[in-house]
Amino acid sequence: MSYQWDFGLVWHYAPLLGTGIEYTLGLTVVTSVIGMVIGTCLALCQQSRMWFISVPLGMVSEVFRCTPSLVQLIWCYYALPIVLGITLSPMSAALLALSIYGGVFYGEIFRAGLRSIDPGQWDGARALGMTSWTMMRRVILPQVLRRMVGPMVSQTVLQLKNTSLVSVVTVPDLVYQGQMVASATYRPLEVYTTIAILYFLILFPLTQLSRLLERRWA
Amino acid sequence: MSQQPPMIQITNLSKAYGKNTVLHDISLDVPQGGSVALIGPSGSGKSTLLRCINLLEEPSAGSIRVDSQVMEFGPRSQRPGGARLAGFRAETGMVFQSFNLFPNMTVIENVMAGPLYVKHVPRDAARAQALELLDRVGMAHKADVSPSNLSGGQKQRVAIARALAMQPKVMLFDEATSALDPQLVGEVLGVMRDLAAAGMTMVVVTHEMAFARDVADTVVFMSGGYVVEKGPAHDVIENPQEDRTKEFLRHFHVGRN
Ligand SMILES: Nc1ncnc2c1ncn2[C@@H]1O[C@H](COP(=O)(O)OP(=O)(O)OP(=O)(O)O)[C@@H](O)[C@H]1O
Ligand SMILES: [Mg+2]
Repeated sequence: MSYQWDFGLVWHYAPLLGTGIEYTLGLTVVTSVIGMVIGTCLALCQQSRMWFISVPLGMVSEVFRCTPSLVQLIWCYYALPIVLGITLSPMSAALLALSIYGGVFYGEIFRAGLRSIDPGQWDGARALGMTSWTMMRRVILPQVLRRMVGPMVSQTVLQLKNTSLVSVVTVPDLVYQGQMVASATYRPLEVYTTIAILYFLILFPLTQLSRLLERRWA
Repeated sequence: MSQQPPMIQITNLSKAYGKNTVLHDISLDVPQGGSVALIGPSGSGKSTLLRCINLLEEPSAGSIRVDSQVMEFGPRSQRPGGARLAGFRAETGMVFQSFNLFPNMTVIENVMAGPLYVKHVPRDAARAQALELLDRVGMAHKADVSPSNLSGGQKQRVAIARALAMQPKVMLFDEATSALDPQLVGEVLGVMRDLAAAGMTMVVVTHEMAFARDVADTVVFMSGGYVVEKGPAHDVIENPQEDRTKEFLRHFHVGRN
C-alpha cells in the first residue's frame, strides 16, 4: 500500500498553475484595495451622526459579517443578476463579493482603530482650530494607521485565502487551475500538495510580516 | 473714561444633554486682561461651561462672543459649520487636565502644529516661535524629545506653549494641575501666574483655592449648573456670602502664600 508520488507530471503543467497564481494574487490585490476603500468609507460614515447613513450601512455590514463568504459569492453570481436584471461575469461577481466582504472587515479594523484613540486627542486638535480633515490627517490617522497595519495585513491574508472560493464560479484561480490539472493528470494528491505548498509560500512571509509590524508598532 | 467691551461675553447660555440641563442661563463677562477662576463641586458644570466658551461643546441656547466673533445658539439660530467653528476655536487656547499632547509628534512639533496646519505659517517662522515659547515655559531643552518622555508638569507646560502658539485672545484652563503629582503643581501654576501677569485673558477651572484667590481677579462659584456667587477673588474665597459657597469652601484649607 505504498503510493508512488510523481510530481513530474505536475511540473509539466506548471504554466497552468502559474496562471492560477496570477489570478489569485490579482484578485487579492484588487479586492483588498477596493475593500480598504469601502472599509474607510464605512468607518467614516458610521462615525457620522446622521442615522439615516449609519444605520443602513451598519445593517449591510452585519449581513456580510454574519453569512459565509462562499454563500455571498454564489448569491452574487446566481441571484444578484436576476434581482437586478443584469448579467455578471464570474470575474465581476467574484470581485464584487470579495471586495464588499473585505470592506466590511477592513472597516471594522479601521473603526476599532479610531475608537482606540483617546478622546482627548480630538479635543486637543479641535481646540487648536483644526478642521475635521486637518485633524484626521495630522493627528488621528498617523496614530490609527500604525495600530492598523498589523490587523490589515492579517485581514489581507484572509482575503487571499478567500479568493480560493472563486473556483466555484469558474474563475481560474490557483484552486480552479489545480482542479484542471488534477483531472488531466489523475494525480490529485500531487496537485493539491503542490497547491498547498504554493499558498504556504505566499502566505507565510505575509503572516510573519504582520507579526513583525504588530510587535514593532502596537 | 472709555469703557472697553469685555473680551469674553457669555449671554444667557444654557446647555442640556437630552433632558438633563447642566448649565442654566449663565451670563458672564470677562474683561480684556481679566482672569476668572471657576470653582465648584464635581458635576457643577465647570468643564461644560469652559468647553462651551470655545465650542468644544455646542451650547443649547444663548450666545458667546470672544473678541469680535459672536456665535448664537438656540432653536432659531443656524448651527455653525465646521470651518466657522474651527475659526472660532483658533482664537481661544485651551489646556486640559490630561494634557492631550499629540504622541505622533515631538515636543516642538506639538507646539508648531497649530501655526503650521491651521494658520499655514512658514515652517521656519513656526519653529522660531515654538522655540521662543518653549523657552518661556522652561522647556526649550526638551524640544526634540517625544512627549511620552516628559513628566506631567513638563507635559502641561508644553501644552500651554502649544496653545499659546496660536496667539489666542483668551486662554482656558480645565483643572490644568489636577493630574499632577503635588511637587509638580507649582511649576505649572507658575507659568499660569506669569501669563495672567502678562495680561492674558484667562478662565481657569481649578481646585487650587489659594491660586484662585491670589491670581484670579474674579471668582465664580458654580453649583448644579447655576452661577451661585461671583465677585472679587479675595472676597469670595475669604468671605463668601452664599451658604452653598461657604459649605463648599469649608472643605478646603486655603493656606497663605
Ligand atoms: N457628554 C456628556 N453627556 C451627558 N452628560 C454630561 C456630558 N458631559 C458632562 N455631563 C454632565 O454634565 C454635568 C456637569 O459636568 P462637568 O464635567 O461640566 O462638571 P465639572 O464641574 O467639570 O465637574 P468636575 O469637577 O468633576 O470636573 C454632570 O452632571 C455630567 O454628568
Ligand atoms: Mg470638570
